[in-house]
Parts: sequence; structure tokens; C-alpha cells
Amino acid sequence: MSNVLIIVEQAGGKPKKATLAGITFGQQVAQKSGGQVHFLIIGPGASAAASEVAGYGAAKTYVVEGAAFENYLVEACTPAVVTAAKACNASIVAGAATSTTKDLLPRVAARLDAAMASDVTAVVDAKTFKRPMWAGNVTATVELTSNIKVCSVRVAEFDAPAKGGATTATEKLDIAVDAGAMKAKFVGRKEVKSTRPDATTADIVVSGGRGVKSAEGFKIVEQLADSLGAGIGASRAICDAGWVPNDLQIGQTGKIVAPNLYIALGISGAIQHLAGMKSSKTIVAINKDPEAPIFTVADYGLVGDITVEVPQLIEKIKQSR
Amino acid sequence: MKILVTVKRVEDYEVKIKVKPDGSGIVTDQMKYVVNPFDEIAVEEALRVRDAAGSGEVVVTTIGVADAQQQLRTALAMGADRGVHVLADGNVDPMMAAKAFKKVIEAEKPDLVILGKQAIDDDQGQVGAMLAELLGWGQGTFASKEDSLESDAEKSKQPALKIANGRCEVVREVDGGLETLSLAMPCIVTTELRLNLPRYASLPGIMKAKKKPLQEMKLAELVPGAEARVKVVKLEPPKERKAGIKVPDVATLFDKLHNEAKVI
Repeated sequence: MSNVLIIVEQAGGKPKKATLAGITFGQQVAQKSGGQVHFLIIGPGASAAASEVAGYGAAKTYVVEGAAFENYLVEACTPAVVTAAKACNASIVAGAATSTTKDLLPRVAARLDAAMASDVTAVVDAKTFKRPMWAGNVTATVELTSNIKVCSVRVAEFDAPAKGGATTATEKLDIAVDAGAMKAKFVGRKEVKSTRPDATTADIVVSGGRGVKSAEGFKIVEQLADSLGAGIGASRAICDAGWVPNDLQIGQTGKIVAPNLYIALGISGAIQHLAGMKSSKTIVAINKDPEAPIFTVADYGLVGDITVEVPQLIEKIKQSR
Repeated sequence: MKILVTVKRVEDYEVKIKVKPDGSGIVTDQMKYVVNPFDEIAVEEALRVRDAAGSGEVVVTTIGVADAQQQLRTALAMGADRGVHVLADGNVDPMMAAKAFKKVIEAEKPDLVILGKQAIDDDQGQVGAMLAELLGWGQGTFASKEDSLESDAEKSKQPALKIANGRCEVVREVDGGLETLSLAMPCIVTTELRLNLPRYASLPGIMKAKKKPLQEMKLAELVPGAEARVKVVKLEPPKERKAGIKVPDVATLFDKLHNEAKVI
């Protein structure tokens, strides 16, 4: 029997949509191992978020609250995860792969002397998982042979979790944090404000590359996205060029997305970029170059100038609504 | 200022990786190997920090086969001062790597350790944070900067890491924006792509690198009895997407999306 501890991230008392993939992973592992799933939610608002995930079949939800957890710091959160893992006798500790868990889970693994698999895309059994290597050009089956195992879970590969079972009870954990002894101090955060849905969880994503030609030219991506209520993304090239903020980058080293519809505008489709979006259900590419590699993964390709084609497409969409 | 940087020998990212028919590994005939791109960025940042401080040493270290010396020489040719090669064959998982690097760090006592955020072969992205935990140090993962890679600050090769009064300020790339941490030194930093544009090794640099000191040690001696606990059972190519169709115009595209795929 293998109990599972899943880290559920929250903001303002609401679980983040992306982290629900971790719950699905936990349910799948528990089903194969016969163990129980437990959740851990950290930060002010954790109790409120706990009630939102109370219907997902966990045996218990641990909450850790307090001002010390207001801004994420790995040195404060690592003991919280380890305490919860010990409390529920977890043999697997996991969470959806986000910038937080990518920072936190390897540190937790080291403290538990655990082996870890990053970006898990499928559960084979309670110790064997599939994960991408070489920018998604290879799928590896890996077995973790340590007593406790740690996994981060690729959001795009796990559907929303099933509801079921009794309402989950909540238990507060007191984690002592000595702020003075911590090596890292939080200085500040610069958030990219957006009214659009986040690309990792959006139903539709419109994305732009070199073909938009300039920061100004990227507006056409935003206009098409807004006509569809879509999230936006960008290729690495135009993030590096400073035309758009870095956090829009989709690819091996940026966000991994798998929306119902992915529209690539002026993106050539480097391997690096394809690794971040080729699990999308339907892919559309509009590009001037008929030989662009993006067309090898596109369900529907249109060879043409995006400044000509996209305004027509927006017009069509507006007429249909 | 003493800075230690880790580099890994990886397959060239421009080469299309193919899996052997029996799934036991990848095809390596005629493979070209390079320094992991994130580690090149780590070397570049270390050189800038050293040069901005006016004095100091950049030590590069790798864990890998005998031929990984080529990647250490590349880092030395970029301008690093000295190399430490931890010889290892076979599967080295992230915890093993972190335990071995810890030993090297305990011997070298650097003020700052910079690693790539992940290696582009196994794409695990774990060693930096594991190492920070094993050492009890602070960690600044996914180090980036607010200026773009086409800014004047980048062109003048200023370090993005701000070091003063025994602390290192790191701008981190996180979901939804940037976050700044101040870390007590010594500390661990891992690099994002947008931290800097690494320099190329110059010809004089390559000549000089041949004479720079390079120390060898064995993984089995540094971490006796360590074995990989991330076992690769098999490799397979990912599921290929079915080739789609080209449409002649926007009207057809809209019709297909609306009536066939039913996505808009």
C-alpha cells in the first residue's frame, strides 16, 4: 500500500486550475497501489482552498497557514511538505509541475533522500512512470527504486480529476519558521497582469513567432485571441528579442500547453517549440513559408501572410457569434 | 570571488534524437556532443561576475565519461580558470550528481555555485535544488533578468546577478512574472535561457585552455556505494501526430474549425 501526498497550490483561497492535474495523478497512483491520497495546501487562504477540493476523494487535507507562507520561499515550504509526508506515511510526494514545484520538489526529494521523476506524463504503476526526455523526442519509462518517491506532473497530460467519496477532513499543521535563519529573503515580485486566461489551462491558445515582425506586430495575436476568449503565447525567438514578456514563451524551456485548439501565427516550429504544444488537440498554423516545420504537426495549415489572413479570420469569427 | 560552475556533456540540441529499435537507448553513431546550453549560460554568468569583481576564479566541474573533458575544455576556452572532472560511466541520477557535487564544493569552498536549470538530455531539472538542500544553502532557481537579451546592459556584458555585502540578488522567472530573492552567500543559482547570451570560445582562448589545470577524480570514490535510483526501463519514440491538411484560404479554414473540428 502506497499513500500519496499531493501538493495543491492555491491563490486567494482558490486552488489553481493547473495544479488539479496533480490530484488526477494522485488518484491514478492510489488506484494502482491501493493507498490513500492526501492533499497539502500551503499559504494564507489554504483552509478556504481545502474546502474547494474536499470532493476529490482525499483521505485528509493538510493545511499550513501563517504570514511566513505569504510569499513562497522554498526553505519555509520544504519542512511543511516533509512534515505532511511523514504525517500520512506517504511513499509518493507529488504535485503538478509549476515554477513553484520545480523549485520545491527536488529540495523535498533531497531532504527525504528520495529519487524523483520530473514532468511525469503517465502512471504505469506506483513506482513506474512515463516522462519525456530530449525535449519530448523520446518517451522514457522510469522506475524509482527509493523508499519514498517524488514526482512532478505535466499539467497538459492529465485531465481534470474525478469527484467522488466523502467530504475530506482538514487538519492544520503547525510549521515553525525561523525567518532569521533562512538563507533567502523575498524582495519583490513583478507580475504580468493579464485579463486573458493562462495559456497552460486555456481552452484555446493563440501564439505568435518571428512572423509578427515586431512588438507592435504581436497585436494581431492578441486581437485573434480576444475574438476567441483565448490565452496567448509566443515563440522563444520573440521573447528573447524582448517583443513580448518572457512568461509567454511556449516550448521545452517555457510553458507546456495542450489546449483544444492551438493557433500558431508566424511560428516556424523549431523542435524546442513543438515540444511545448504538440499535445494540443487541434493545431492550426498560418505561415508564409510552405516548408515551415510547424506544418508537419498542424491539422490545418494555411500558407499566407498573417497580416492579411488573420484580420479575415477575426472577421469570420465575429460574424459567427 | 570564487565561483563554481557545473557543465554537462549532452547531445547537440540540433540533432534529431532517435531511439534504438530495442528501446535500450538512443542512437549515438556520429553523434555530436556539446556543453548543455543552460550550462554555457552558467559559465558566461560566472565569468561576468568574476570580471565585475575584478578578481577571483571560475572553477568548472563535470560528472561524466572520459570524453566529457572536451566540454570542460570548452568552458575553459570561454575563460574559466580550472577544471574538475568527476569520472563516471553509466547512469548517474540527479541525487547521485548532487551528492558528488557536494563533495567537490566542500573541497573547493566557492562563494557562489551556478548550474544550468536543467540538462537537455534527461530534462529532469533537479540537481540545483537538491544540492542546495544537501549543503543547507539558499537557492535562486531559474535566474533571469528584466532587461532583454538585446538590451545595452546585455551588450556591455554586465552580470545579471547583483552581488553586494555577502548577498546575491537573483531575479527569478516564475509562472506569471518575475520574482526577486536576496540570498546569503554562499548560495546556489540555476540559469534560465534569458539570463545572458554566452560568448563563443576564441581561438586564443582555445589554445590557452589546453594548458589550464584539470583535476580528475572518480565518482565511486567521492560517493562510495551510490547507485542510480531513477532506473530507465525503456525508451520509445513519442506518439507521432497524423499529418494534417493545407487549406487554400481563410474561408475554408474557418469552415473546417467550425464544422469539422468544432473548436470555434
